[in-house]
Amino acid sequence: MITADLHPASIENVPQPDFSKPLPPREGDRIIQFREALKEAMSHEMRQDERVFLIGEEVAEYNGAYKVSQGMLDEFGPKRIIDSPISENGFAGMCTGAAMYGLRPIVEFMSWSFSLVAADPILNNVPKMLYMSGGQWGCPIVFRGNDGAGGQLGSTHSWCVEGLFANVPGMKMAIPSNPYDAKGLLATAIADPDPVFFLESERMLGDKAHVPEEQYYIPFGQARVCREGDAVTLVSFGRPVNFCIEAAEKLAAEGIECDVLDMRTIRPLDIDSIIASVKKTNRVVVVDQSWPFAGISSEVITQICERCFDWLDHQPVRVNTEDVPTPYAKGLEYAYLPNPERIAEAVKNVVNA
Amino acid sequence: MPKTTAYTASIEYISILDEQGKFDEKLGKGLITDEQALDLYERMTVCRQLDEFAFKLQRSGRMGTYPQNKGQEAAAVGSALALTPGQDWVVPSYRENAALFMMGLPMHYVLQYWMGDERGSQIPENVKMTPLSVPIGTHMLHAAGIGYAERIRGTKNVVATYFGDGATSEGDFHEAMNFASVLKSPVIFINQNNSWAISVPRDKQMASETVAQKALAYGMPTVRVDGNDIFAVKYAMDDAVKRARAGEGPSFIEAVTYRLGDHTTADDARRYRDPQEVEAWIARDPLIRTRKYLESKKLWNQAKDDTLQERAKTIVKEVVATAEGVSKPEIDSIFNAMFAEPHTELVRQRDTMRTSSLGKDPSQTGLKNTTQNV
Repeated sequence: MITADLHPASIENVPQPDFSKPLPPREGDRIIQFREALKEAMSHEMRQDERVFLIGEEVAEYNGAYKVSQGMLDEFGPKRIIDSPISENGFAGMCTGAAMYGLRPIVEFMSWSFSLVAADPILNNVPKMLYMSGGQWGCPIVFRGNDGAGGQLGSTHSWCVEGLFANVPGMKMAIPSNPYDAKGLLATAIADPDPVFFLESERMLGDKAHVPEEQYYIPFGQARVCREGDAVTLVSFGRPVNFCIEAAEKLAAEGIECDVLDMRTIRPLDIDSIIASVKKTNRVVVVDQSWPFAGISSEVITQICERCFDWLDHQPVRVNTEDVPTPYAKGLEYAYLPNPERIAEAVKNVVNA
Repeated sequence: MPKTTAYTASIEYISILDEQGKFDEKLGKGLITDEQALDLYERMTVCRQLDEFAFKLQRSGRMGTYPQNKGQEAAAVGSALALTPGQDWVVPSYRENAALFMMGLPMHYVLQYWMGDERGSQIPENVKMTPLSVPIGTHMLHAAGIGYAERIRGTKNVVATYFGDGATSEGDFHEAMNFASVLKSPVIFINQNNSWAISVPRDKQMASETVAQKALAYGMPTVRVDGNDIFAVKYAMDDAVKRARAGEGPSFIEAVTYRLGDHTTADDARRYRDPQEVEAWIARDPLIRTRKYLESKKLWNQAKDDTLQERAKTIVKEVVATAEGVSKPEIDSIFNAMFAEPHTELVRQRDTMRTSSLGKDPSQTGLKNTTQNV
């Protein structure tokens, strides 16, 4: 039973991650799927902290529409793993209240596309509750779900919400590109006292990687250098990081070595790592799976221009989805999204200019 | 196969102290003690006085906007009387000030908020209420969630949320009602049906005969009461609170009342309301009715009322002075309540604002902290 009369914005009773320890090695760890990594992060936090609960459509009896919450109902029971009515605005708003009174809801959107009907709670209430109450009411909620084109789901179900939502101050946004980061970032998100938008990808849920069994916490605002090079800086986040790595491997065969940065979180943005890399390579390509107009790539490039304009040998270049709704047809969808071919082409243009 | 009846329902209407001052002894017995009735009358009077002052403050440019509560005080105090301050929650909209004060909110907070100071929403630790919610309907979902949090914590505390008739057209209302009933959240939905959503009358807002019947669709106990009758409101509220504490889930109360003032100071209701309608409701003013009741019980007289009016003015003047006396917030403070810990970029923005270094390279402005790794 939860009896401590906790101040909603207090984090004193939450086990805090120890950032001083180095992250555990990957070698020798088990190989598990992205979805299992997410489940492990949630389950571990739920065992440690009774205030954490999971709610969403089909998360309990059905084990999640994408089987992310497999077995969690059996372990934690129906009071903490809650099958919600089909009512995104409803459960997002309800969890706002629950978080204001000290619980720590994890809200699963089956797809972030469906979060659009919950715009009022997630954009107009949660990120500004602390501010509007003069620091009184924190909203430690994690909103998580599939973001981006899931593979022929059509334009209404293929939203990349990061471009749209990252504009709103007051929340944090994490977007892992691999199972290892998925576990470590989600653990941090749940322990975080502020609201976190956690963006997964249906296309990556089956991806496998070495993931340690014990819980670990990847700090927000800390980019990962996936690959080192001096020809160009490739900046990306989420699923397209994998395309960047693939493109960089092919380019390496042609003698073009790329610095590939996985931002891990969009808010806060680790601009320092980007600047450090750009000062080394003097060229940058930003790969962003959301629309180009007023998007994350626009923001990253603006900040680069603000901070190291004189270090650039070529204008910053970006690879986005095209400025149209997501196409339904398979081939069109592939061409519309950032893909290794488009990235490699952009890099060559920048390097050979 | 013959047709059968799948569902029938009716909505009860409760009135205990009617506008002629007639009191139903049977229903009203033991509901509100004389002492409590006196207290409620005084609270309503102070609140009415606050309304009048706030209106003047706005007109003289000392307040941004203000929504008067005038005419709806009974619904607020009658319902709050059934709650336990410090244990139960109030999740308000913005036309139930008297209830907030009964829950322990210092009066100047409300003025401070409407004067445009966010710190007016910094609810004191021992007061269980959420900040005023001006977007229509969103807070009812919060109430459902707070109620669920109380359930998870294993308490018997309940949550009262207030909203108008117009708010029941919002999707949020229906989702909150559905969630509260599905999760058996201990919420009391208190609808202040004041007939007007700004300029839209109730019959253009909904086609249903009562607001109360909307709760039937969510399997929720529901009742319509005379909202200007402190006894009827308290009666329905006692019932609802009892159910919620017993773990039987949410209830709905439609309190029929009337907005005697404008929607807010930005509105002029004379443009769209029939003066005869307003006249009729002035005759049903909850303050007049409660006063008549007290007089009939020899608890009140003109001399006492004169003293009370003077005292109310003094209280409100003090409250206004307190609200206006709060020091202006520092410009820096806009960055203070963004996150539990401000991140580097936010600190940079704050520092940039302080040094007016916009357009300059951060490394040239002494703000090297953000690029120190370079």
